[in-house]
Amino acid sequence: MSVEHHVKLPEGSIEKATTTLNLGPTHPATHGVFQNILELDGERIVSAEQTVGYIHRAFEKLAERRPLYQITTLTDRLNYCSSPINNMGWHLTCEKLLGVKTPKRVDYLRVIIMELSRISDHLICNSVVGVDSGAFTGFLYVMQYRELIYEIYEEICGSRLTTNMGRIGGFERNFNSAVWEKLEKFLAEYPKVLKEFENLFNRNRIFMERTIGAGPISAERALNYGFTGPNLRAAGVDYDVRVHTPYSSYEDFQFEIPVGSTGDCYDRFLVRNGEMWQSLAIIEQAYRKVQDMKGAEAEIYHADVPAYYLPPKADVYTKMEALIWHFKIVMGETEIPPGEVYQCVEGGNGEVGYYLISDGGRTPYRLHFRRPCFIYYQAYSELTKGAMLSDAIIVMSSLNLIAGEMDA
Amino acid sequence: MALTNETIKERLIAKFGEQLTKFEEPYGMLTFEAPKESNLKVLQFLFDDEELRFQFMTDLTAVHYPNQPGRELAVVYHLHNLRDNVRIRFKVFTASGQPDIFTATQLYSAANWMERETYDFFGINFVGHPNLKRILNVDEMDYFPLRKEYPLEDQTRIDKDDSMFGRGPLPAAAQQGPSESPMQPGQPGVPASGAPVE
Repeated sequence: MSVEHHVKLPEGSIEKATTTLNLGPTHPATHGVFQNILELDGERIVSAEQTVGYIHRAFEKLAERRPLYQITTLTDRLNYCSSPINNMGWHLTCEKLLGVKTPKRVDYLRVIIMELSRISDHLICNSVVGVDSGAFTGFLYVMQYRELIYEIYEEICGSRLTTNMGRIGGFERNFNSAVWEKLEKFLAEYPKVLKEFENLFNRNRIFMERTIGAGPISAERALNYGFTGPNLRAAGVDYDVRVHTPYSSYEDFQFEIPVGSTGDCYDRFLVRNGEMWQSLAIIEQAYRKVQDMKGAEAEIYHADVPAYYLPPKADVYTKMEALIWHFKIVMGETEIPPGEVYQCVEGGNGEVGYYLISDGGRTPYRLHFRRPCFIYYQAYSELTKGAMLSDAIIVMSSLNLIAGEMDA
Repeated sequence: MALTNETIKERLIAKFGEQLTKFEEPYGMLTFEAPKESNLKVLQFLFDDEELRFQFMTDLTAVHYPNQPGRELAVVYHLHNLRDNVRIRFKVFTASGQPDIFTATQLYSAANWMERETYDFFGINFVGHPNLKRILNVDEMDYFPLRKEYPLEDQTRIDKDDSMFGRGPLPAAAQQGPSESPMQPGQPGVPASGAPVE
């Protein structure tokens, strides 16, 4: 009997020089449900293949059987780190189709909320980049300010994560005094925290070594891949929907667009930090504008659109007209004018687009969401080719991939 | 000089003549239709032309119109000229029996997944696509769920049909019923001022 000197593989086995590694769909480092199948040569990535769709919920199909106001809850679940931006984007889409003109105060209140959401979105992304490079402190430290932002949401709409905030034409109720107190607290305390957060990371040797040169992309490739938002700006393109296609009176505000140059993880981190400072500046301006309003204007929180905006409950019980509108709205019996609309807003990850086709029915004929995450995630294999395994993780978190937005 | 919708339209007509039809501007966005054979030529022209430079693909999706024989499926492109900050939209119609459309992946890397998504939900066959397979739905799925023939609701239900959503005829029961027309404020019998009802 001869002695076997090597491991005998079973019949039909394939011997190969590379290792296949499944990163996801439930790997703790993916921060969301999606899968990367990495081919590794030692610790180097030869190729990466992404699989998405694990939490696909058929929003576009669902939307075809829902009245406009019921679709807001679907938009919450796209990028759930900044749901109010998605909500506002959806209201803006409806308002564009219906020709509703919102009062200035509504626009400014929306700007405050959208910029708070942007901060909470970038805050999570950047602190998670820190976690993935081995620095947990920042994450825990800034979390209390995300909590404060969520408390502000709670005061406005009653919920924290999936907000369903606002209505077509404005907000469901006026901001109460607790909102303004908490906002003032946030504006007073957050700059110091953000400064400290930057001190922890920006010139941190270990952090810089880990992020500089990791997952870079040129401006040209980024544009070709359809990048938008902070990831595109990190590559040096100053495209921002708030400036290029102003909505919700963004043209009334002074702010800068931070840009990077190399498009690597470090630049993406810096751009997001820069944007948080700009968001703070915008919130302060908007807060001042709202506070400066006098008389009747200072109390407005919605436009006058009886066909789409629910009347106050007291009126529903006492006035016939209000009762009828209430019934028609709740039963989804208000017809939508036919039309074709594309409306975009600057979400946490870039241009969130809503392409709405109405055929005159009570629900959209077709609704398509442009989800920035979905579009730029396809560049992942190009970004990580030849990189180390640990870079694959940090590139993923610095792209801010949100499974909800990717899968719709 | 800023690029206007007029200029874009003129340049396109100068190049393609009668091929491009249905120029519209819903909500300010220039929209037109191109024959399905020349979608790539139009995209290439929009991309390369020195004045137009539509080099950013914002969005690619499809719409299903089951009641238009021969042109049931529309593929919709949203393009953006970032330098002049102008957006356009153009559509290509195809029959659902043979939904072959040339891929745009050679021009825009972004089109790769968007075309896969469109294939996944509408069954558009993007000719020349490097990896045309399902992306969000399971691989075993054998139909294209966003087409209109796949209704959302359970078909055994009779309490929810198209008429409830403003489309199609009313069910027989509702037509026979006493005046079903919804009351509008301002009509006779409805207090327009919203005065309290005693």
